Amino acid sequence: MYEFKFSRPATVRQAANLLAKTEDSKLVAGGHTLIPVLKQRLAQPAHLIDLSKIEGLNAIEIKGRSLVIGAMTRHADVATSATVREAIPALAKLASLIGDPAVRHRGTIGGSLANNDPTADYPAACLALDATIVTNKRKLKADEFFKGLFTTALEADEIITRVQFPLAKKAAYIKFRNQASRYALVGVFVAKRPSEVRVAVTGAGGDGVFRVPQFEEALKKRFSPKSLAGIAVSADGLNSDLHGSAEYRAHLIGVLAARAVDEANS
Amino acid sequence: MAKISITVNGNTVSANVEPRTLLVQFLREHLKLTGTHVGCDTSQCGACVVHIDGKAVKSCTTLAVMADGSSVTTIEGLAPDGAPLHPMQEAFRENHGLQCGFCTPGMIMTAVDMVHRKGNDLDEHTIREELEGNLCRCTGYHNIVKSIAAGARAMGK
Repeated sequence: MYEFKFSRPATVRQAANLLAKTEDSKLVAGGHTLIPVLKQRLAQPAHLIDLSKIEGLNAIEIKGRSLVIGAMTRHADVATSATVREAIPALAKLASLIGDPAVRHRGTIGGSLANNDPTADYPAACLALDATIVTNKRKLKADEFFKGLFTTALEADEIITRVQFPLAKKAAYIKFRNQASRYALVGVFVAKRPSEVRVAVTGAGGDGVFRVPQFEEALKKRFSPKSLAGIAVSADGLNSDLHGSAEYRAHLIGVLAARAVDEANS
Repeated sequence: MAKISITVNGNTVSANVEPRTLLVQFLREHLKLTGTHVGCDTSQCGACVVHIDGKAVKSCTTLAVMADGSSVTTIEGLAPDGAPLHPMQEAFRENHGLQCGFCTPGMIMTAVDMVHRKGNDLDEHTIREELEGNLCRCTGYHNIVKSIAAGARAMGK
């Protein structure tokens, strides 16, 4: 690791000021992506700003018709929260499938979203559930938040504070895990909402998480795995690597989406 | 340099460290607590697992400055010098839950955390699922799973 300075601000405002004023600074939440990146010298920030001492960023609560999760909430806490399990069980399940138990004790939802790894799980949940990502400056809909590989709509001095998930009628997440890394080779999150059905796919897209409109239309007519029969997903633009070809991933999307609908209905 | 104060195995330790110092480096090189191992150094193998505020974490993927103000328990902290072994350590010995022993400190710290979260009656499936962040290249896991089941029961007595 290259050298860097380190701060632990006590408030979001202090963190935002530091971020704006300090050249080449970077936020760290759980550190479970950033620290490995630093170790490999793939990044060289001059200053790390640790968000873990800011109070009030790790609450889980129901507000109106939404489940609200603080940005610094650890994956383990989302996975085991009675509130999450009651409100959106698919989200608790998703969190329980990230990494391993020790990783889940450190990794955070806000860190995962800000990083927007193309194989991360939370982006699929946000997109399918039509989540709103709340920052110190504004509110961003998931549809406008994810901008491609490791890229988001966040500005340089913007900090995610919480995520609002509107409650869905039905939802499920099915993940085909890479056996070594536990990242999603393909993951499909399906949500039946009062006015629409959304299907979001992670792990497969060359530009990161994306929706599948042809599945959504078919499922809106009838929310059944059978509705997806015969609808193919194109392999164009999908990832192809040693773990699986684009064609294989395209096939998995259909299989996992059907399984997700089945699980959501059960 | 950054000044940190961490309670390690019950003793408060203050030190000046470079912010880039990993927690595992701090434990091994500054405090000479070499029971915590560095295996893969990529947060996959689990040889470096310690507890921060009672929760299992990978100390190779945590900065020492991030543990400032916390309470850290390492394998050395499970049973004081000269005292009988912790029930989980004893179970690993009884059940031959190790061969070369390199992964063992991390296995035991993960196992104790597992018992804290999942209770004293652990079935084989649960143990194997929960061990996904700990790699052993000798045993084939069979005796590790047996050890953890026995250790979990012993911790309940």
